[in-house]
Amino acid sequence: METDTIVLASAERLFADVADIQSILAAKDDSWKPRLWGGIEETGLNIAGVPEALGGVGLGLADCLAILKVAGASAVAVPLAETMMAGWMLGAAGLELPAGQVAFGPSAFGDRIKLGDDGLLSGRIERLSFARECGCVALLAEGASGLQVALVDLALADIQAHENLAYEPADTVVFSTVRSMAHAVAPVGFALQTTLLIGAAARAMQTAGALEKLLAVTAEYVTQRRAFERPITKFQAVQHSLAQLAGEVAVSLSAAASAAEALESLTAQGRGFADPELCLEIMSAKIRTAGAAQKGAAIAHQLHGAIGVTREHILHRLTLRVLAWRDDYGNESQWSEYLGDIVCSGGEEALWPLLAIR
Amino acid sequence: MQTALEFQPLRLPEPVQHLRAEVRDFLQSEIAAGTFDPDAPFTDWAVHKAFAKKVAARGWIGMTWPRSYGGQERSFLDRYVVNEEMLIANAPNEVYFTADRQSGPTLIKFASERIKSEVLPKIIAGEACFCIGMSEPNSGSDLFAAKCRASQTDGGWKINGSKIWTTNAHRSDYMIGLFRTSAPTAENRRHGLTSFLVDMKAPGITCNRIDQMSGINDFNEVVFDDVLLPDDQVIGEVDGAWKQATTELAYERSGPERFLETFIALRQLVKVAGPSPDPQLKRAIGRLVADVHALRRMSVSVAGMLEAGREPVAEAAIVKDLGTIWEQELPQRVREATAFLPRDAEAYADFETALHFTMRFAPKLTIQGGTTEILRGVIARGLGLR
Repeated sequence: METDTIVLASAERLFADVADIQSILAAKDDSWKPRLWGGIEETGLNIAGVPEALGGVGLGLADCLAILKVAGASAVAVPLAETMMAGWMLGAAGLELPAGQVAFGPSAFGDRIKLGDDGLLSGRIERLSFARECGCVALLAEGASGLQVALVDLALADIQAHENLAYEPADTVVFSTVRSMAHAVAPVGFALQTTLLIGAAARAMQTAGALEKLLAVTAEYVTQRRAFERPITKFQAVQHSLAQLAGEVAVSLSAAASAAEALESLTAQGRGFADPELCLEIMSAKIRTAGAAQKGAAIAHQLHGAIGVTREHILHRLTLRVLAWRDDYGNESQWSEYLGDIVCSGGEEALWPLLAIR
Repeated sequence: MQTALEFQPLRLPEPVQHLRAEVRDFLQSEIAAGTFDPDAPFTDWAVHKAFAKKVAARGWIGMTWPRSYGGQERSFLDRYVVNEEMLIANAPNEVYFTADRQSGPTLIKFASERIKSEVLPKIIAGEACFCIGMSEPNSGSDLFAAKCRASQTDGGWKINGSKIWTTNAHRSDYMIGLFRTSAPTAENRRHGLTSFLVDMKAPGITCNRIDQMSGINDFNEVVFDDVLLPDDQVIGEVDGAWKQATTELAYERSGPERFLETFIALRQLVKVAGPSPDPQLKRAIGRLVADVHALRRMSVSVAGMLEAGREPVAEAAIVKDLGTIWEQELPQRVREATAFLPRDAEAYADFETALHFTMRFAPKLTIQGGTTEILRGVIARGLGLR
């Protein structure tokens, strides 16, 4: 078996064993969290994207994203995506990923981090997922002579706790002149929006995975549930709602997979993060999966009836997460504006050639 | 139950993209030569006829078909990009479009040898226009309620009854029609229908034109009065037409025409918006572009499944359901996005023409070739719900 298949299979096993959604809901406390993270480090998922030379598994971005699809389906509530992306970015800059949970920023459009020649770093990051549970954060910072990848101790930050829609940390983090643990010149091709783009591709994939699970859970429920003396699948209204959910799931899976493939193959060709083709792929995936999250969550809840809004039911672990992820690493309005800008500055004649390039 | 959907992120191979460049060059020179106007809602039929010959000369009709019938056995992805470029350029492709997409493949699979060797080369030469005789006054989505009769007679069949909403019937050379040859059985209401190849010049056929609200006037009611067909024009199994449809439907439903029919509205929007519109307009454009890109990637992925010999029935139905609803909404969303634009822009005349035209024909996009309701039934069946 190839390394990527082995890692993916162990991820699937791990999430099924330790992060089963129903068991987590029934848990009395958060003791499953360290158990899950222990399993993640044991199987090497955290270092999946770290080059082998730096002690990692050395998977490409597309393979890392495939793992995140599985994590999305399990609604995994630990910073696996963040740590994985941090490991990839640090590794690309020749830096080591420390043990433990690592946050990944900038995570919002307004974030700006400055890194001086003296190694001192300042700035503010909003909606930094899991910040208060992480030891440090991998950042893309603006240095005097260009972009720098930096690793910073979160104990030095002023962290204002915020909660996202899914009751998870989405904190505001402020650094006022702190020393980075390590930093290095960002790889060629990196742009100011690089962490937002990688984060967007990750959230698109997690959303696609979670929506696929949502479809399976909902299809199973409507097959078993009876009303008016028959299974509710006999009602055309129910069939058509589920068909619409399947459509949203399909377009999400397709868009997220397309973006992942583009991210890996285009960067391998040496294309930078400002490349219009790369931007189109990732932005489209983030925008479209966010739309699918909204429509898909609504349909899944409607088909479940009242049971689906209860705390005990697994539905909200999936629906609240896909809805919350819309706001991470650029929301769909921000990315639409960005993409619209690319399209308009290219003009009408350039639109179709851009779309047809793949 | 099948809820696991997979869409491989297919990247069109280099040679396919080379072909795209060739098609683009061809179209650009035809536009430059004044053969057709890419912004015009209507093009004369004579232009369609002449254009079909030119496309045929390039070898772009029936390009996936067997060499023995004049085809080139090229990949389905080749056909896909030719189709895309023709659509985007609003090329006058109506003479051969239906035959190339579905009638030809149906003949290849089910027609007699005589028909194949006689008719397929004519399609490939751009000389045979096809129409599809499915709907009837009292049977639309419910195909199996068809009543138009074919009864056995000496050496052949005699057709009586009528078909309706038959696109281009009045200028077609052939129809592939679905006719009742027996009554349905108690066990199988789909039994008793047979496909035939009909020569549209045969005595006893009358085409009555039906005009549409869009100004497109290609609909017909086709009346059959004792029309005689030879035995070897039966396509496939007598009484068993219901077994013959599956794969063709996947080709028909997943192509670029299922989300690009109103693309001109988006192109015109980008034109009137100019290089740096206000943020609101940028957001609207960005979202539409994100949508169409996602639809296209899904459609290309299904094209890859078909090329690989799979039968992605539910996946193709999803492409058509999402795609046609999107292309139907597109001109409405374009209208909303431009609500505050000054109307004196020079490009505005073309913009308004495109917007009005697409809005006028958009309602039929979610009806033709399988309604939204039928498609959702197909998807639900794919999910194991029915």
